[in-house]
Amino acid sequence: MLNAENVRKRFAANEVLRGISLNVEKGEVVSLIGPSGSGKSTFLRCLNRLETIDEGTITLDDDVMCEMRGGALHYADSKTLRRITLKMGMVFQSFNLFPHMTVLRNLTDAPVAVRRLPRSQAEEKARMLLAKVGLADKADSYPHQLSGGQSQRVAIARALCMDPEIMCFDEPTSALDPELTQEVLNVMQDLAKEKMTMVVVTHEMRFARNVSDRVVLIENGGIVEEGTAEQVFTSQNPRTRQFIGEAQG
Amino acid sequence: MSIKYFNDPARLWGLTKIMLGGVQVTLGIFVLTLILSIPLGMLVALGRMSKRKALSTPVSFYIYIMRGTPLMLQVLFFWFFLSQSLPFKPSRFAVVVFSFALNYAAYFAEIFRGGIQAVPVGQREAGQVLGYTRVQTFFRIIVPQVVRNVLPAVTNEIITLVKDTALGSIIAVVELMSIAKKQVSNSTSIEPYVVAILLYLLLNGIAERLCKTAERKMDYLRR
Repeated sequence: MLNAENVRKRFAANEVLRGISLNVEKGEVVSLIGPSGSGKSTFLRCLNRLETIDEGTITLDDDVMCEMRGGALHYADSKTLRRITLKMGMVFQSFNLFPHMTVLRNLTDAPVAVRRLPRSQAEEKARMLLAKVGLADKADSYPHQLSGGQSQRVAIARALCMDPEIMCFDEPTSALDPELTQEVLNVMQDLAKEKMTMVVVTHEMRFARNVSDRVVLIENGGIVEEGTAEQVFTSQNPRTRQFIGEAQG
Repeated sequence: MSIKYFNDPARLWGLTKIMLGGVQVTLGIFVLTLILSIPLGMLVALGRMSKRKALSTPVSFYIYIMRGTPLMLQVLFFWFFLSQSLPFKPSRFAVVVFSFALNYAAYFAEIFRGGIQAVPVGQREAGQVLGYTRVQTFFRIIVPQVVRNVLPAVTNEIITLVKDTALGSIIAVVELMSIAKKQVSNSTSIEPYVVAILLYLLLNGIAERLCKTAERKMDYLRR
């Protein structure tokens, strides 16, 4: 469904992605793990065009986001890029809720303004999603009145309200206390059970191990090891063992 | 020093009526300057933040000139410059509004720039991944946060503007200050100044109250 091939990216002289390839099938949950600064977040941000890449190919379903032609990288026209954007949902480490809108408005604004959904229909859907993440009673609150865990659950509901085909998570629990982390992970686990396609950059080893279909270990801008959660967590590769040993404490 | 008005209600009322005529002109300068300089300031702020040097450099220079020279000098300059260079003689009132709008736009631009830069980059990114166009992101997500950020500073400018309208008197626009001066010299009494003081305070009292209300309404962090 989502395919990235040989993605390279540099910031000035610093090559942060050294040719990463990843294929995500429909309904699959893929966890990207690795030390801080390994490039896993940058890679995720390239997948939804928050960063542009320097080399490589990225496709979603039949739409080509960017590809190499005659040795040079070409991004698709804005119409295709827009179609790809609308199929992808994104959850940030820092939530990025809109502080001037109520929780309900955070969920409904894009569906109404971008997808031209009638407001009543958008609100009905938003309330359904808020109930799903356990925050039906917060519809009229403002983001600053929520805890971190509640904020992140709202952010997940906001992304879902656009009916994405694939959800990207960029360290969704890294800004949260341990108690609040669990409530977010529970919501993500429910999504995985519903067969939502998910790409998750995470430091939560238990989530990576128990929820994902596939785990990809990234280090220094390249893939060290990739396989089922069981394969990676019981790997004999010394680098993988070292990282997982450290990450699990 | 003689008291000519404050012991005679009929004369005092007569004086006040004359000076209220000046308040009308003062309000005219005030309102038109705001209507012109706020949108212009927004454009100048965007120009100032542009990555294209060919745009941001001249805009920075414009801000430097407007903030770096006396407003009184700018009014005089534009009065003589426009009178000589335009094919028709511009009205004094129009020249004052023109000068004020250009000057205040520079100050507003710097306030707006600060307000825009204070919005976290994650807000733009959230807009992008949700499929908003750049224009939608700007008006639906950035601007409401900028308005809240800048209101206290804009309030300051508004209060300064009420007082700056007095500079219209330098090219003989018949606003409150001009009339007060004329009444003082005609009557050899400073009472018209006292009336002018009270009228400026009244105008700014109203302005301040309106701004406070707007600040409260816009402050989504206190709801």
